[in-house]
Amino acid sequence: MGRYVVRRLLQMIPVFIGTTFLIFVMVYAVGDPVNALFGDRAPDPATAAALRHEFNLDKPVPQQYLLYLGKIFTGDFGNAFNGQPVTELMANAFPITLRLAAVAIVFEIVIGITLGVITGLRRGRPVDTGVLMLTLVVISVPTFVTGSLAQYLLGVKWGWIRPAVSPEAPLDELILPGLVLALVSLAYVTRLTRTSLAENARADYVRTAVAKGLPRRRVTVRHLLRNSLIPVVTFLGTDVGQLMAGALVTERIFNIQGVGFQLWQGIVRQNSPTVVGFVTILVLVFLLANLLVDLLYAVLDPRIRYD
Amino acid sequence: MRGATRVTWALASSVAVALAAAACGGGDDDGGGTGSGDGVVRAFWTDPQNPIEPANTNEVQGGKVLDMAFRGLKRYDPETAKAENAMAESIDTTDQQNFTVKLEKGWKFSDGTDVTAHSFVDAWNYGALVTNKQISSYFFQFIEGYDDVHPDEGKPKAKKMSGLKVEDDHTFTVKLSQKFSLWPETLGYSAYAPLPEKFFTDHDGWLKKPVGNGPYKVDSYTKGQAMKLSKNEHYDGPDKPRNEGVELKVYTDQNTAYTDLQAGNLDVVDELPAGQLKNADKDLNGRYINQPAGILQTVSFPFYDEKWSSEDMLPVRRGLSMAINREQVTKKIYHDTREPATDLTSPVLKSAGGYKPGLCGDACEYDPEKAKKLIDDAGGLPGGKVTITSNVDTGSHRQWMEAVCNSINDTLGKNNACTVNPVPTFGEFRNSISQQKMTGLFRTGWQMDYPLIQNFLQPIFYTGGSSNDSHFSDKKVDDLMDEANELGDEGAAIAKFQEAEKRILDQMVAIPLWYQNGNAGYSSRVSDVKLNPFSVPVFTDIKVK
Repeated sequence: MGRYVVRRLLQMIPVFIGTTFLIFVMVYAVGDPVNALFGDRAPDPATAAALRHEFNLDKPVPQQYLLYLGKIFTGDFGNAFNGQPVTELMANAFPITLRLAAVAIVFEIVIGITLGVITGLRRGRPVDTGVLMLTLVVISVPTFVTGSLAQYLLGVKWGWIRPAVSPEAPLDELILPGLVLALVSLAYVTRLTRTSLAENARADYVRTAVAKGLPRRRVTVRHLLRNSLIPVVTFLGTDVGQLMAGALVTERIFNIQGVGFQLWQGIVRQNSPTVVGFVTILVLVFLLANLLVDLLYAVLDPRIRYD
Repeated sequence: MRGATRVTWALASSVAVALAAAACGGGDDDGGGTGSGDGVVRAFWTDPQNPIEPANTNEVQGGKVLDMAFRGLKRYDPETAKAENAMAESIDTTDQQNFTVKLEKGWKFSDGTDVTAHSFVDAWNYGALVTNKQISSYFFQFIEGYDDVHPDEGKPKAKKMSGLKVEDDHTFTVKLSQKFSLWPETLGYSAYAPLPEKFFTDHDGWLKKPVGNGPYKVDSYTKGQAMKLSKNEHYDGPDKPRNEGVELKVYTDQNTAYTDLQAGNLDVVDELPAGQLKNADKDLNGRYINQPAGILQTVSFPFYDEKWSSEDMLPVRRGLSMAINREQVTKKIYHDTREPATDLTSPVLKSAGGYKPGLCGDACEYDPEKAKKLIDDAGGLPGGKVTITSNVDTGSHRQWMEAVCNSINDTLGKNNACTVNPVPTFGEFRNSISQQKMTGLFRTGWQMDYPLIQNFLQPIFYTGGSSNDSHFSDKKVDDLMDEANELGDEGAAIAKFQEAEKRILDQMVAIPLWYQNGNAGYSSRVSDVKLNPFSVPVFTDIKVK
């Protein structure tokens, strides 16, 4: 197991370098960010040159990348154009998005798996059909529609909540955004659990367990559910990364100053240090989440061993 | 049971991770909890693009803070846009080139230190020095010695401009590199604000919490989140705040801010989402402001390209202007937040400041028949077609370009005489402009630096002007502007500038499209909300119920 983890960690290095380089080139390929700083006018050449020099923009792209990478290893992600260190932005943004993602994951696990189990055990009944229809609706409506609608109804029309989350983003204000963010994945989790459960319900080991005379509850939870959760765990694992990066829409709607907001801001203002820095961290999150999922397999299914 | 404990462990650990994530960064929970009875105005904000320094801020969001926390020598009256003395007691000159500035005594920064002549001279020298990389350093270009501290290339030869001399604590003299009679009127812009000692001794500390001499002082500033300002007790100017303070809240999306405004959680929003402009007046029960801003949109011809600049092409250039149905675009696309332009300035100047509607004459009136005749008689468009180029990442540029092209095509009775050339980003657009790659019409928006007719003409149409993107050059126009700058009488100077403007319009160097308005909405909790000529809300006047 230990050796496997080390091997996986080593494999991350080329993936990390490759992805960051691609992102770096793409961000820098869109054009000269210094021009955009001057508003709707011709930039003053001397000031523009000084700024380009400060951000290393006057050097060839490969060299810029090496300089950037060198700095990253010393923990320096550079400064955003407003002079704020990118690490400071990250320290503010990541905890908030992590909290939002955690709320969403909890919703997915609790509601998604519960609904999945209920429908999986009652295949073909009205409950099953009803939930299936509902998930279909949820999947087909884009997040910005559900988000804006929920915000308008609960925030403006009925006044139950504040439409915008305050800068500190406390947990209670994140419940609605978290639910909105979770909805689509939640629907997938429900369907995935249901299908997986339905498949395994006919498996030999379930029949054996029933034949042994085990109580129905024990058969369902210990045998059936545990084996059925493997694909669901895979999905949830990759979803952690997805939620953190994909929270952009939800974060904009509810004014949550997390990762999505910083990325959006960075892209709009062509603020390359912010974009590359945040995406680099997101790449790491994806890689680690995947590793964690693979390790969880071994926990859920003793037949899987990493040696 | 071994397996059982493993599953429990897996679930327990994931819950633990979730809880830990939820717990960290919780911080203090008082955010956004400002009550309604404290007299504080809650206003929309987005993160300023650059650090908040007077000479390094060129957009409205940073400008908001500067307007509240700083006062320069002059201030532009929010209603008339006229420059009136603020910190200046007098600014005198006999030759329109050497100015003596006397400061009013008794002004203090919010940290209690005095505002002296040094506060201004040091701040201006800082703003001009090229190594300080200040975006707005070109504001100091008229002062003698600017070229030494801000050469186009290479290291600066001096650290201070030779044209600035401190006489005593409350007097300093300014020598300009050329005659410029309206120069004192430019001094209301925030780039000319004074800076306290702390700015130079503890720059990082100052940036974290700017200290100025304006009606408000900065209490706290969390970058990317919020800024809280309260009354500056040391402030003794005429425009003392009529509220207790201002809280600027950063929004990531204008739509969210608009929702928050409707829900009563926000008082002033000065960037309304484009999609809501149509309904804003109704949604907000009339608490909606739509007034001229100092922004003019034009499309220019590349005068470095013979096929457009030649004398024979004048009727074609005029014809194109007359082929554009400005009224339709401002109504249909912009919902009356733009107004068809008929000169090269802006209504915020008022006629006293040089705004002269109709100066363009027939050439800016939509007249398809005459337009077609003018263009056809001159032999048609060069090569039979014209393109309009602009960046399309902001401002509904693609929509209006298509509308303008349709209007031209309809006029000429051809399907593809006019085509749109969209450039994805502003950076790329700027690059191709500076490399003189334009082959047809291109967008040239102008946002004024100060409400003066000079600012709408000289940078854009003077030979070699800093924003003369079409590379237009006309000896007569240059001479008229030079003469205007030498005149001591303001009215006479403005008249001379208008003469130059008329000459530019007669040659149709740039087609005036529309004047841009500033928009804002406010809650029922506040009153007396208005925008100044730069479209920044006048926070000092806002009353909280």
